[in-house]
Amino acid sequence: MVPTNQPSVQTSDDAAGYYTLGAPLVDELAPTGPINTRWQRRKFENRLVNPANRRKLDVIIVGTGLAGGAAAATLGEAGYNVKSFCYQDSPRRAHSIAAQGGINAAKNYKEDGDSVERLFYDTVKGGDYRSRESNVYRLAEVSANIIDQCVAQGVPFAREYGGLLDNRSFGGVQVSRTFYARGQTGQQLLIGAYQAMERQVAAGTVTQYTRHEMLEVIIADGRARGIVTRDMVTGAIETHLADVVVLASGGYGNVYFLSTNAMGSNVTAAWRAHRKGAYMANPCYTQIHPTCIPVTGDHQSKLTLMSESLRNDGRIWVPKKAEDCGKDPRDIPEEDRDYYLERIYPSFGNLVPRDIASRQAKNMCDEGRGVGPAVKEVQPDGTEKMMRRGVYLDFADAIARMGREAVETKYGNLFDMYARITGEDPYVTPMRIYPAVHYVMGGLWVDYHLQTNITGLFCSGEANFSDHGANRLGASALMQGLADGYFVLPNTIREYLADGPFEKIDESHPAVVEAKTAVEERIAKFLSIQGERSADSFHKQLGQIMWEYCGMERTEEGLKKAIGLIRDLKAEFWTNLKVLGTADSLNQSLEKAGRTIDFIELGELMCIDALNRRESCGGHFRAESQTEDGEALRHDDEFAYVAAWEFGGEDANPILHKEDLIYTAIEMKQRSYK
Amino acid sequence: MNLTLNIWRQANANAKGAMHRYSLEGVSEDMSFLEMLDVLNEQLNAKGEEPVAFDSDCREGICGMCGLMINGQAHGPEVTTTCQLHMRSFKDGDEITIEPWRADPFPVVKDLVVDRSAFDRMIQNGGFISANTGSAPDAHAAPVEKKLADLAFDVATCIGCGACVAACPNGSASLFLGAKITHLGSLPQGQPERDTRVVSMVGQHDAEGFGGCTNIGECAAACPKEIPLDVISRLNKDLRTAMAKGY
Ligand SMILES: Cc1cc2nc3c(=O)[nH]c(=O)nc-3n(C[C@H](O)[C@H](O)[C@H](O)COP(=O)(O)OP(=O)(O)OC[C@H]3O[C@@H](n4cnc5c(N)ncnc54)[C@H](O)[C@@H]3O)c2cc1C
Ligand code: SF4
Ligand code: FES
Repeated sequence: MVPTNQPSVQTSDDAAGYYTLGAPLVDELAPTGPINTRWQRRKFENRLVNPANRRKLDVIIVGTGLAGGAAAATLGEAGYNVKSFCYQDSPRRAHSIAAQGGINAAKNYKEDGDSVERLFYDTVKGGDYRSRESNVYRLAEVSANIIDQCVAQGVPFAREYGGLLDNRSFGGVQVSRTFYARGQTGQQLLIGAYQAMERQVAAGTVTQYTRHEMLEVIIADGRARGIVTRDMVTGAIETHLADVVVLASGGYGNVYFLSTNAMGSNVTAAWRAHRKGAYMANPCYTQIHPTCIPVTGDHQSKLTLMSESLRNDGRIWVPKKAEDCGKDPRDIPEEDRDYYLERIYPSFGNLVPRDIASRQAKNMCDEGRGVGPAVKEVQPDGTEKMMRRGVYLDFADAIARMGREAVETKYGNLFDMYARITGEDPYVTPMRIYPAVHYVMGGLWVDYHLQTNITGLFCSGEANFSDHGANRLGASALMQGLADGYFVLPNTIREYLADGPFEKIDESHPAVVEAKTAVEERIAKFLSIQGERSADSFHKQLGQIMWEYCGMERTEEGLKKAIGLIRDLKAEFWTNLKVLGTADSLNQSLEKAGRTIDFIELGELMCIDALNRRESCGGHFRAESQTEDGEALRHDDEFAYVAAWEFGGEDANPILHKEDLIYTAIEMKQRSYK
Repeated sequence: MNLTLNIWRQANANAKGAMHRYSLEGVSEDMSFLEMLDVLNEQLNAKGEEPVAFDSDCREGICGMCGLMINGQAHGPEVTTTCQLHMRSFKDGDEITIEPWRADPFPVVKDLVVDRSAFDRMIQNGGFISANTGSAPDAHAAPVEKKLADLAFDVATCIGCGACVAACPNGSASLFLGAKITHLGSLPQGQPERDTRVVSMVGQHDAEGFGGCTNIGECAAACPKEIPLDVISRLNKDLRTAMAKGY
């Protein structure tokens, strides 16, 4: 195996003083040899667990989204004793349900030149060469099995008249490899996983704990052995013990307060594990999605995504002249419109990857050519300004070409959703869209087996960092969640459990007592502060700081300012929080308080990570690092590594461990979509 | 706009609940119904009164978690979920009554939050296709007629919100059940378990205490996903067929 690149050597040190450098990190379980045989060989090498022993092995899975639900169904079916947790009232409501666009798979049903190699290549390139090649190859390899599995479960994917599955193409890719169920693919995939899991509940292999929030991991004698949860209805603090713990708790995009994530999405499970020693990798990599409905006012609680499949037929433009921005778009003649993506990126046009589409939309608005109502914005220097934050997504051509009915069949539910939220009819006037936070590529560090650096603590789906590098291509998060849940974890956890069952521990073990007490004390603390401000108000303020300084574009100066602001906010939180009600009942303010402070701590780490990485790649754009024509400029010589952060202690600097990204099957290239 | 809100407050499942009256000013028509409640809650918290508990998560009309009786209608005056209902459906000076879903199998947990775990238990009793992981044939091995695939999709969009139950004078969950029976029963993969599925799911439905269907149709009228009443006929037909076969 000949490496195609050298380990990088960082010469810049923007974050000096904000972190401590730790020892380099190596994925001890990384496979070697020909890339297309790595996973097959590893599956064979992993030891088996005798069916009679599986019953004696307890598995805890936090999360019932695609990653957690699929794992619970599969491990339950294999005969392990699974306990599944979620904070919603039913596993079926996990945030995966909201995914609209579709799921990729290298099936090549269209014979348009797709293959496992091409999906692998597109994903590594799309992630700006900041993901691990072995992990991504495995993802591409099992992708085809996912579709088979889901179809067998009754997932109603879109079909053609001949009865075969239909495919479409999706942002950043030139082949049609995306499987979809109208605009509700995540819903249908999740219901498939949920039903498979409920089947195991009936069979007695899976026990489900709904409205249970995980608030701590239990690490005894060097191994993750359980979790502490709060029963959100009775307030009971419970401990659950097991031989292995899996966190499949989703992403932390809600650190921005406004995002397309579900309201309850949080970082608590991962962050509590981080504070107990699990490394948090690449936290600054956030994905901003280009096609969301713009913000309308202060009351807003979330932003709504319009599937990017719309970019297949819709054309994106802004007026050429700033003075046209307030006009009815229908009155702006063709020659006065700037179809800027088609102009700048002629070969990909409106289908450029998300990071590029998002940044260009921001550039147009920054230039003063944004459309829609002007909203108040705080400038980096603290002054306020009215800005129009929107660009048009126009279906007039598509309606003329395909007919309104065809557009309705393809995108009807999205158009209805838009009309409901904005009160405008998108069949008549073009939609207005703007980028919003949507997904995070950072997460807990895991090895090839999806195990964190804490023995026995695994992490899957959006909660881990591994497969998408610095940017995620459309339709690949669903693929990763299901790949992890149905195919990867069941094979890697059995290798781990082959050494089990581990020595029984009980409630009296000091590690259990310590974890449980810590949770109780924290809750008591939230209730005792009795200050003036709600948890939500802190969360909103954090979100504004993050969006302004650690959003679509970051600078050294801005990030340093943000770190200061976040530290002040944290201090205020602990002295001025107001949580009413009691701990022994359903208390949504209390739930929010716990989540908000974890977000505040994470926000600080995100800014430090972003400050250290003086390069632009994927979802991380440092203004100091761009090409002459404003495109992201990577520095592979300095930053071709995973930044894995260790918790340094309360109010102490975090510790940076670097894992070199060495490629053997793929050559690093500057990404260009021109 | 300015509103008067009558909201059901109930400390827990065993406590006695009562309506409380609040006035709320400066509501914008761009707010969703839940954002309006967020604003109320911020004000209550500031005044030292515990915020109103209500369920929501996606706020996009897809997770099925939100659900309120608004002026006596499940999810309010429009065919949509509560999170997608916007304040432009109301006018200045309106008085709005907000209550939790009312049905015995959905006990109140607190204020506007109810327990819908009965739906999960119905799914556990046959609401799936038994397909073990890893052994599935190629997805193209069994083509599915487009008409059937579309039908399956249309009814599979049920979000499990429970509005159908809340709207039904009998507290029947037949629409929810019919949607699942029709989804799985329309596909070739769902045929082997079709008879056992319907018998088992209906058995659980009755055991949970949901009422029988008397074709009133309030469920379909309230359903935010426009699941059609036909699925109940399909449910009954499948049930009769299965029983005739001796299941
Ligand atoms: C609007 C939208 C559209 C999207 N569209 C697409 C798309 O078209 N294609 C695509 O590939 N991807 C899409 N994505 C991304 C994709 O949906 C997510 O990345 C993916 O579903 C995450 O799955 P998951 O299983 O990792 O986590 P989730 O589905 O978020 O599940 C998290 C689970 O963890 C539980 N949990 C979290 N914290 C705790 C705790 N402390 N205690 C107990 N339980 C906890 C939750 O209850 C939940 O069950 C979209 C995302 C959004 C926001
Ligand atoms: S059938 Fe309609 S109303 Fe009933 S649970 Fe499903 S989506 Fe809700
Ligand atoms: S909050 Fe998810 S459907 Fe309303």
